[in-house]
Amino acid sequence: MWQALRNELHPKGFELVTVGLDTLGNEGCRAFIEAAKPEHPSLIDRHHVLADLFGVINIPSSVWIDEQGMIVRPAEAAPAPPRSAASPPGFSMPGAVPQRFVDIMSEAAKIKKDAAGYHAALRDWVEHGAASRFALSPDQVVERSRPRDRDHALGHAHFALATQLEIDGHHAAAIPHFRAAHRLVPESWTFRRQAWSLEKVGDGPLARFWQGPNPDAPEAWSYASDWLADIRASGAENYSEPWRP
Amino acid sequence: MLLRSLNIPKAEFEAGTGWTLKPEGACQGEVCIPLSQSAGDAIDVASLAGDIGMPLVAAPEHGLWALGPASVGSRALTSARAPELRLPNLDGQEFRLSSLKGKKVLLYAWAPY
Repeated sequence: MWQALRNELHPKGFELVTVGLDTLGNEGCRAFIEAAKPEHPSLIDRHHVLADLFGVINIPSSVWIDEQGMIVRPAEAAPAPPRSAASPPGFSMPGAVPQRFVDIMSEAAKIKKDAAGYHAALRDWVEHGAASRFALSPDQVVERSRPRDRDHALGHAHFALATQLEIDGHHAAAIPHFRAAHRLVPESWTFRRQAWSLEKVGDGPLARFWQGPNPDAPEAWSYASDWLADIRASGAENYSEPWRP
Repeated sequence: MLLRSLNIPKAEFEAGTGWTLKPEGACQGEVCIPLSQSAGDAIDVASLAGDIGMPLVAAPEHGLWALGPASVGSRALTSARAPELRLPNLDGQEFRLSSLKGKKVLLYAWAPY
């Protein structure tokens, strides 16, 4: 889907750079990347530096950068190209699907996407560059980037520390820092989903998608919320901020 | 950025934070913040973090520190100039965003969870 779009626009001086935000690194991302067979740079971001550097708080998100290295659209929701039928690998679910996954899929289906508007704008920018009305001025870019106060910055530091502790095998030590990051940067879905995904329930590729208390030991859940509770509380239709030309 | 020591080479600080240390201070894009002491080749991270307003969080029992981003201007971006991004691919080869100067780039964040 993105690969096909990239191949279409590549002759016009366009390149796609995909970044997998995952503390588990290659272990988490490899199957997806190999299935997509990318011809463009495909990178691994174990500490979510995209959050620090660009203000990414959600996936999928994009940042547009022009030929001079100037950001013309800061981090925003990036819906997949329209009418894509691709699905990630390893998703044949044998036997009965746990109700939690049915609920998660049902909520995910309600997430609003304006793929047509976004992709028309992308093509317009690739064609017309700075003359495109979708290329924002430097002041607009800074103004539209995520708010960041000292609490946010502190939350990012806790998150980075948590990811390294996790990588070093200190899972229990990482959890209080993930919790601090969630408290200080409550608008970041990626900070929460990353932490929840490290609490695997069961085995196989779906274990990381449970993202909530283990029904056999709900008291062992380390976090204040979980994916299903949060998406229901905020409303799936508010998961992504609406596309704004 | 993550740190195993609070005294690091200047180049490492610059690469890790995106701030360049110049005689006039720590700079990013058009923004420069004066420093309380001129930065030599070795950086006292705690002092510099205080000057730039970067939070420092410690896990001393694991010999690990994390330096959060600055919050100058109260926005994630201090400038519309894209910061350098250095990340590995699956093979561990480092990619630099600056290598794509001259092209339009869509940086796309995804996650396998």
